[in-house]
Amino acid sequence: MTLTRQAAPGAGSSSASPGRLVDLFQLGLDAPICLTWELTYACNLSCVHCLSSSGRRDPRELTTAECKQVIDTLERMQVFYVNIGGGEPTVRPDFWELVDYATAHHVGVKFSTNGVKITPEVAARLAASDYVDVQISLDGATAEVNDAVRGGGSYATAMRAMENLSNAGFRGFKLSVVMTRQNIPQLNAFKSIADRFGAQLRLTRLRPSGRGADVWHELHPTAEQQRELYDWLVAHGEDVLTGDSFFHLSAYGSALPGLNLCGAGRVVCLIDPVGDVYACPFAIHSQFLAGNVRDAGGFESVWRTSDLFKSLRTPDTGGACRSCGHYDSCRGGCMAAKFFTGLPLDGPDPECVQGYGEAALAGVSGSTPKPSVDHSHRRVPVTIGRRPPKRDCDENPLAGFAAS
Amino acid sequence: MSTDGFDLDRPWQVDSRVSMRPEPFGALLYHFGTRRLSFLKNQRVLAVVRSLAEHPSARAACAAAGVTAAELPVYARALAALADSKMISERRVV
Repeated sequence: MTLTRQAAPGAGSSSASPGRLVDLFQLGLDAPICLTWELTYACNLSCVHCLSSSGRRDPRELTTAECKQVIDTLERMQVFYVNIGGGEPTVRPDFWELVDYATAHHVGVKFSTNGVKITPEVAARLAASDYVDVQISLDGATAEVNDAVRGGGSYATAMRAMENLSNAGFRGFKLSVVMTRQNIPQLNAFKSIADRFGAQLRLTRLRPSGRGADVWHELHPTAEQQRELYDWLVAHGEDVLTGDSFFHLSAYGSALPGLNLCGAGRVVCLIDPVGDVYACPFAIHSQFLAGNVRDAGGFESVWRTSDLFKSLRTPDTGGACRSCGHYDSCRGGCMAAKFFTGLPLDGPDPECVQGYGEAALAGVSGSTPKPSVDHSHRRVPVTIGRRPPKRDCDENPLAGFAAS
Repeated sequence: MSTDGFDLDRPWQVDSRVSMRPEPFGALLYHFGTRRLSFLKNQRVLAVVRSLAEHPSARAACAAAGVTAAELPVYARALAALADSKMISERRVV
């Protein structure tokens, strides 16, 4: 989830004081605060950890008119903003049209991109709007670390996009990094890059979702690195955003800034490119599918009446974690991380800082759940024959092939 | 959350870039410029904030919403926090 930092002004000592907001949010809101909307499964990259297994467009993706209907609904429900992603959302031909439609209808837009379409012209246009924010994805502070995960040339693309935004005068756009075993030693280098471009650093957690499940064991931070990350985040406070994604680290001690709560189906959700509504962006699996925006009643009805969301809004029992003294800080961690590593949803997070996750993972036998949808680029192996001509004067490409 | 610099006797208003959504517990506020979220924890503070622009001062807005003299410091602190986060701003009087 991607909640920004909050202050909580209120008349706290008055009789109407409702208690902690985290407890209210636990029971869900009539409308999401924000939601993630993946506009397309098409992507020019094939990141090894892609949480939506993107690559190829799905022919059933929502049309421009259907997207506008969704935006009308979000306006009516007073959803403050949408986090648009994909896939690479900017490759949709109607992308800018939809961004303009959303902001004209009082739905703010923050979109995630690998930077492929952020030309100087686009950057200038983005810099002019208060209602559009941009997140450039980069998973290594050097081309070597980044491109190993996101693909050759992707570091250069992202750096060029940030340079264009910076030159256009866009201040405070986000440099968004998924933290891995390989890039945690680069925390300060990421901060320097963000500072250089006048951007704000945003660090998020690697989830074993989508293709991420295949590489999670090699990429997720070690226990020592989690501690290093926690200390770094505490030292940098509100300067660095986290999308509130590291609340499982709060069990180290004091809570990190932001909302320490899993917002899935309570204050956030995901709409995928074909209109399916899932509890969160990291849980693209039939078990977390609440409905589709094309169903009667549309998104509003899915949000308010789906059985899945209703059950997520009931108070958590804590399960196996209930007796742990840290449960109130970490709240059992991330539902999607547990699910895709084969752990029970009411047990410890696989990266539980008290070590209970590691022990639980050791006991997982058999196969783990696979994503229900996969749009990865098909990799058809092509062998290029190297057959030198038999004679120097053989120009016909079929020379040497026997007629059959 | 200090009240330093917050003047109850000045006219105030909700910033034009703030979207306010009523909730059973009060309201959620989102500022499109700072991209930050805030909360109003009860209905009365919501009534105060909503009516700021209609009153000559924050003090008058509080009184109109039924805030007693004893409760006033608590509401002043809440308004100061909102001013700190730019959710409300001083209104220029012409």
